[in-house]
Amino acid sequence: MGQQVAPLIATDIHKCFGELEVLKGISLEAHKGDVISVIGSSGSGKSTFLRCINMLEIPTSGDIQVHGEKVAFKTNRRGEREPADMRQVEKMRAQLSMVFQGFNLWAHMTVMENIIEAPVHVLGISKKEAIERAEEHLNRVGLYDRRNYYPAHMSGGQQQRAAIARALAMNPEVMLFDEPTSALDPELVGEVLKVMRALAEEGRTMVVVTHEMAFAQDVSNKVMYLHQGKIEEYGDPKEVFTNPKSERFKQFIAPNY
Amino acid sequence: MDALIALLESNDIFTPNTLMQYWGGLVTTVQLVFLSLIIGLVIAVPLAIMRASDNPWLSRPVWVYTYVFRGTPLLVQLYMIYYGVTLIDGIQDTFWWEIFRGAFYPALIAFVLNTAAYTTEIFRGAIEATPRGEIEAAKAYGMSWARRMRRIVLPSAFRRAIPAYSNEVIFMLHASAIASVVTIIDLLGAARNIYAQYYAPFPAFIFVACIYLILTFGILGVFKQLEKRLLGHLRPR
Repeated sequence: MGQQVAPLIATDIHKCFGELEVLKGISLEAHKGDVISVIGSSGSGKSTFLRCINMLEIPTSGDIQVHGEKVAFKTNRRGEREPADMRQVEKMRAQLSMVFQGFNLWAHMTVMENIIEAPVHVLGISKKEAIERAEEHLNRVGLYDRRNYYPAHMSGGQQQRAAIARALAMNPEVMLFDEPTSALDPELVGEVLKVMRALAEEGRTMVVVTHEMAFAQDVSNKVMYLHQGKIEEYGDPKEVFTNPKSERFKQFIAPNY
Repeated sequence: MDALIALLESNDIFTPNTLMQYWGGLVTTVQLVFLSLIIGLVIAVPLAIMRASDNPWLSRPVWVYTYVFRGTPLLVQLYMIYYGVTLIDGIQDTFWWEIFRGAFYPALIAFVLNTAAYTTEIFRGAIEATPRGEIEAAKAYGMSWARRMRRIVLPSAFRRAIPAYSNEVIFMLHASAIASVVTIIDLLGAARNIYAQYYAPFPAFIFVACIYLILTFGILGVFKQLEKRLLGHLRPR
């Protein structure tokens, strides 16, 4: 681990929905600059795992540590686990920007308003400074001329790039991507992946749940393959893709046409 | 101007005197409707949040309230407050008597309770229609419950509620005519007085109907402007 604190450590995450155990002990440690791709077939638990990291789902057991600070839990009267201090969770979420499959931009706000909303009202940055920074991020994702558009007036690819600009504006420790290209038309996938690749190259710490094998293989420096809530394969993509140990992963990456 | 005065002097019914009666009625109607709507709106926002809550201890009482006030005629509610409350023993000796012995405040209270019930349900629907993903994004960006409400859920819900709420405003304007049955000289009350004075139902009531139409037209115009300014994100570009 060295002298630097890892921005994100998830330890032995379990998640049950009623009787169904979706995650059976997943651990992940992201160091600064890591780009970790989480892959797996649908139902493998990869999205649930990502949502446990920023507590959109409360893990049934296991710990989350963001920049050395561990999230505290308590058990409520119904015997369910819940965060002991919502403020701590809010503070932690503000350091973990999430990009969603369905973009989830706030529809009644323009792109610019979407981007400055959380920096101004959660981080407490002045509006003027937030706008200046937002303009930079908009240039980065190539949407400066669309800054006064409403989300509904843009294509899916543009909306997702706006969502990435919104995530960048938080200056996050770690960026979480939840299948960011799955809802896009094939010809729009490239523009979003290009932005993500640029972010990876500048050293952003990212955890990416994805179906894009090329991205997992070429851009990320670690790949995690989940199957039925367990880690089947984990390691350097060069190693993992060329020399897979798990039989299931071999099938998963084999061309099936 | 002279032509107008000449016209007024040449007819029997629309004299300056009766026009002043209509004017007085218009002022009363506008006051009643405007105050009811403003107060009703202020009450409806917290009630709608409670009504949309998952906690039955919050949502149930509000449901009972909106069910009762939407489930009974406004006229019955007005009678209960106007005739009923004044008969409560001892109320004549309290400061409440000042409020309840006239007709204006009982009518205002009935209207407020009625419009607040409808507005609560309109807002509740709009709040519940907030896309889940937008709330999730607000959570994921570190917003507390209160901040999510104030910055995301309510602004988005209010915009969605505008078209339905404009209907409620028009209904309220028209429903306010029943204030005239408890001695209030509102627009309809003035029209009825003038009808009784001249025994001329058509001129008296057609004139007042036109005033209601013009008011409705004005309300529609205001809401059209509101929609134009606040619902841009829902229009095709």
